[in-house]
Amino acid sequence: MARKISMKDAINEALDQEMTRDPSVIVMGEDIVGGTGSPGEADAWGGVLGVTKGLYAKHGDRLMDTPLSESAYIGAAVGAAACGMRPVAELMFIDFMGVCLDEIFNQAAKFKYMFGGKAQTPVVIRAMVGAGFRAAAQHSQMLTPVFTHIPGLKVVCPSNAYDAKGLLIQSIRDNDPVIFCEHKNLYAHETEVPDEPYAIPFAEANVVREGGDVTIVAYGLMVHRATEAADRLAREGVECEVVDLRTLSPIDMDAVLESVEGTGRLVCVDEASPRCSIAADVSAQVAQHAFKALKGPVQMVTPPHTPVPFSPALEDLYIPSAERVMEAVRATMVA
Amino acid sequence: MAENPFPLGRDQLLAAYRTMRTIREFEERLHVDFSRGDIPGFVHLYAGEEASAAGIMMHLTDKDRIASTHRGHGHCIAKGVDVKAMMGEIYGKVTGSCRGKGGSMHIADLDKGMMGANGILGAGAPLACGAGLAAKFRGDGGVGVSFVGDGASNQGMFLESLNLAAVWNLPVVFVVENNGYAESTSVEWAVAVDSYVDRAAGFGLPGVTVDGTDFFAVHEAAGEIVARAREGGGPALLECKMCRFYGHFEGDAQTYRGAGEVEDLRANRDCIKIFAQRVTETGVIRPAELTAIDREVLDLIEQAVAEAKAAPLPTAADLLTDVYVSY
Amino acid sequence: MSQSSIVAIVMPKWGLSMEEGRVNEWLVEEGARIAVGDALLEVETEKIAGTVEATDAGLLRRRVAEPGEVYPVKALLGVMAEPEVGDAEIDAFVAAQAAALEAAAESEPEPRYHFVEVGGRRLRYADRGEGAPPMVLIHGFGGDLDNWLFNIDALAAGRRVLALDLPGHGQSSKEVGDGSLATLAATVVGFLDALGVERAVLVGHSMGAAVAMQVAADAPERVSGLGLIAAVGLGPEIDAEYIAGFVAAASRRELKPWVERLFADRALVTRQLVEDLLRYKRIDGVAEALGGLSRALIDAGQQRIGLVATARASRVPVVVIWGSADAIIPAAHAHALGDAARVVVIDGAGHMVQMEAASKVNAALLEHLG
Repeated sequence: MARKISMKDAINEALDQEMTRDPSVIVMGEDIVGGTGSPGEADAWGGVLGVTKGLYAKHGDRLMDTPLSESAYIGAAVGAAACGMRPVAELMFIDFMGVCLDEIFNQAAKFKYMFGGKAQTPVVIRAMVGAGFRAAAQHSQMLTPVFTHIPGLKVVCPSNAYDAKGLLIQSIRDNDPVIFCEHKNLYAHETEVPDEPYAIPFAEANVVREGGDVTIVAYGLMVHRATEAADRLAREGVECEVVDLRTLSPIDMDAVLESVEGTGRLVCVDEASPRCSIAADVSAQVAQHAFKALKGPVQMVTPPHTPVPFSPALEDLYIPSAERVMEAVRATMVA
Repeated sequence: MAENPFPLGRDQLLAAYRTMRTIREFEERLHVDFSRGDIPGFVHLYAGEEASAAGIMMHLTDKDRIASTHRGHGHCIAKGVDVKAMMGEIYGKVTGSCRGKGGSMHIADLDKGMMGANGILGAGAPLACGAGLAAKFRGDGGVGVSFVGDGASNQGMFLESLNLAAVWNLPVVFVVENNGYAESTSVEWAVAVDSYVDRAAGFGLPGVTVDGTDFFAVHEAAGEIVARAREGGGPALLECKMCRFYGHFEGDAQTYRGAGEVEDLRANRDCIKIFAQRVTETGVIRPAELTAIDREVLDLIEQAVAEAKAAPLPTAADLLTDVYVSY
Repeated sequence: MSQSSIVAIVMPKWGLSMEEGRVNEWLVEEGARIAVGDALLEVETEKIAGTVEATDAGLLRRRVAEPGEVYPVKALLGVMAEPEVGDAEIDAFVAAQAAALEAAAESEPEPRYHFVEVGGRRLRYADRGEGAPPMVLIHGFGGDLDNWLFNIDALAAGRRVLALDLPGHGQSSKEVGDGSLATLAATVVGFLDALGVERAVLVGHSMGAAVAMQVAADAPERVSGLGLIAAVGLGPEIDAEYIAGFVAAASRRELKPWVERLFADRALVTRQLVEDLLRYKRIDGVAEALGGLSRALIDAGQQRIGLVATARASRVPVVVIWGSADAIIPAAHAHALGDAARVVVIDGAGHMVQMEAASKVNAALLEHLG
């Protein structure tokens, strides 16, 4: 594999290849083309951060700008999915879920069960997540636990370009509704990505670093904090195993438990608010299923239970750092 | 045989009558069985509103999708959902349309183009836009039809959908079934505009208001709107002014109603009575033909209830199935 | 004393993508007398763990590499020299090597891989060294040209060596047509045509060996020697369970035990090796390709393809190489060609013998086909 591309380009390529492969794949969202109906150039934006740039030129009207009406177009995506299409709807920021949540958690998530198995809703809702952009309280949240809480939804949060492409292709091919969370601070991050289409199965965590002393579980941007901490700790003689969950619902608890059985120590790193977070869920499941393997207290590294602050001075304190992960690792080794 | 002044043949007239009568008997029977405590949960009855479902659905085929409301039994029956499966569902049995997992408010049959009754008011409107969008991409001439009550017509989801459908020029029809009450709250108070035609115009949509107790008025207006949407002419809004014979839900004491209001509706604004009178007084249909249908419908409902009562309940294994296609 | 009597032990380049390796431990002490093939140090790359073997004999004077540290390819790991060479000379040699490495790092790296269109399919290949006739390395089922990562540079010291990804594998097109041996053999002939190679020594591993034998049968004028490593086609027995399990495995946990069967020393199967295989298996078309190839290879738990007569009819030098601990295809098949082939069975190595006992395999190939 020679080619390195950014996560943004990997997402673009996944959409492009799936739209080429399957005519039922359509893409909609606010400004995902950009400039529709405006006097200037068509395809002006390709999304607010340019993720869908260039797709309109290839796939034309299968990419649709929408009015600023999240309820209507997310609902339309859900409805079209129930009628045999494979829509990918971009919600821009996950913080906007509040204005269209019903169509996701009462409609898309429940059709299959509520209708006795007769419906399927293969919709993908893409949204930017995460802090670090100086974007303040309403454009920076990591709302993954809101969605993992809801049966019927799948929740995906890649940590790199390779995973983003394979997981998005899987999300589009998957027959259940998927919330696809893209960390905006990873868009520029580059990894080796095959140019061919490929799908990464859900519930297949990635052990990104092997180590026998402490298990660190993370997802999204926090995988990079965890590996940075692990690299630095290795110089102190502490070998950490870093497990990238990749998908949060379904979640690969087998991989976590297998790792904890080997290390006996667990640190969960999560950019979501601490209460009822992914970190709390993983900690609870490990306590339930691998209590005897634990040699020390489980540690969680999360932001404080506050909204995301604006001032860089505060936001940098808010986001879990490698140093905090290192402290947590050491704390597991006290007992 | 007298000359037929109606835009429908005799068979279609009899079919329309059968649909409306089936809905009425279904709902009347539920009213009784619910009060006996035979039915779990709660139900919202469509009795009195049958002409809307029957008049609109006669223009639709299985490839046309409807998104219904919490008061969805009538839409289901008119769209062709199996009556016995519906009754099984309402009784919470494994033989139900949704294997007992949905209940009265979530009866669906995608094969029949029934995208589900919906417990969330207004949520069906974006779904119908999605159905229209899918039909447009497929080029199969299908339309999406969204039903809301006068109450849900104030929901953001509904209003956003009017705009979206207009902007995307979707083959979608928005039907406002205005029965005068959002639960207990009067439409006169809760809807600020006097006319839904004006509200539609505000979103750039053509709108039509009809007497929803007049099957023929509904049928004619819906015919034009559906045909236009099917041919690419874009969305429209149809308001059916109609009467709800029962409360918002079964057990509603309806103390918000005026004295004698329901009795007056049943006596003078019963859409089935009005239909029967018109088709028989013209001599196109003989009263005996309608009476025969009444008997058959009664038998059907009786059988449906008996089978629903006898049907097995879902088991513990059913609790965990059908959450995901794969997980 | 001239510097030519000082011999450098450097970080090897195992495969085209290797850029650096981590030294785990030295296996010999300073002052030890080293013979060719002796294991000197254990090195781990992100792909695989392996042993650096001595390519020259001599006296180990200096262990430059520190265990636990990461060194780039070609970095000086140790120095061999006879006692008469002074320490000062060795110090100067170490410094000069470091400077040369730094200078080399600044020059443009040559492209690692090339691509060529053959029969409507895009094939990836590596092209190393110079000298005719070229040697063409053909990997096995589910493998790719990186399976030769411990061999290609050693074999290319005195001749041109080409290694390709077969259709359905590596970074070549994933469509394999009918998946038959004839199709794969025709692809290799097309590959030779496309590169203007008239005659070549074909070295195949496992299924790749069957491909090589088929090419020798179909186009004998193009083949000047055959190296058959843990070959398919020389007997009925095969671990069909492995093939089915490898094809079906979709996760790290499912795949790892199957990959471990390929090696006698399971510790060689690193996390990255399994991850690379998973990345390959996830690509669209690979499942179909592997399914098609496995049906062409195996029927009712036995090999479908018998090539003993074909190989015996070949008039070119043939060497058969096997690991005695091969769990996929029994080493007894090594003798199937009788006196028509030289046979080298390497004690204790598994199916991936060219990786596990690279220097012995390289030596055997050079000796018999050089």
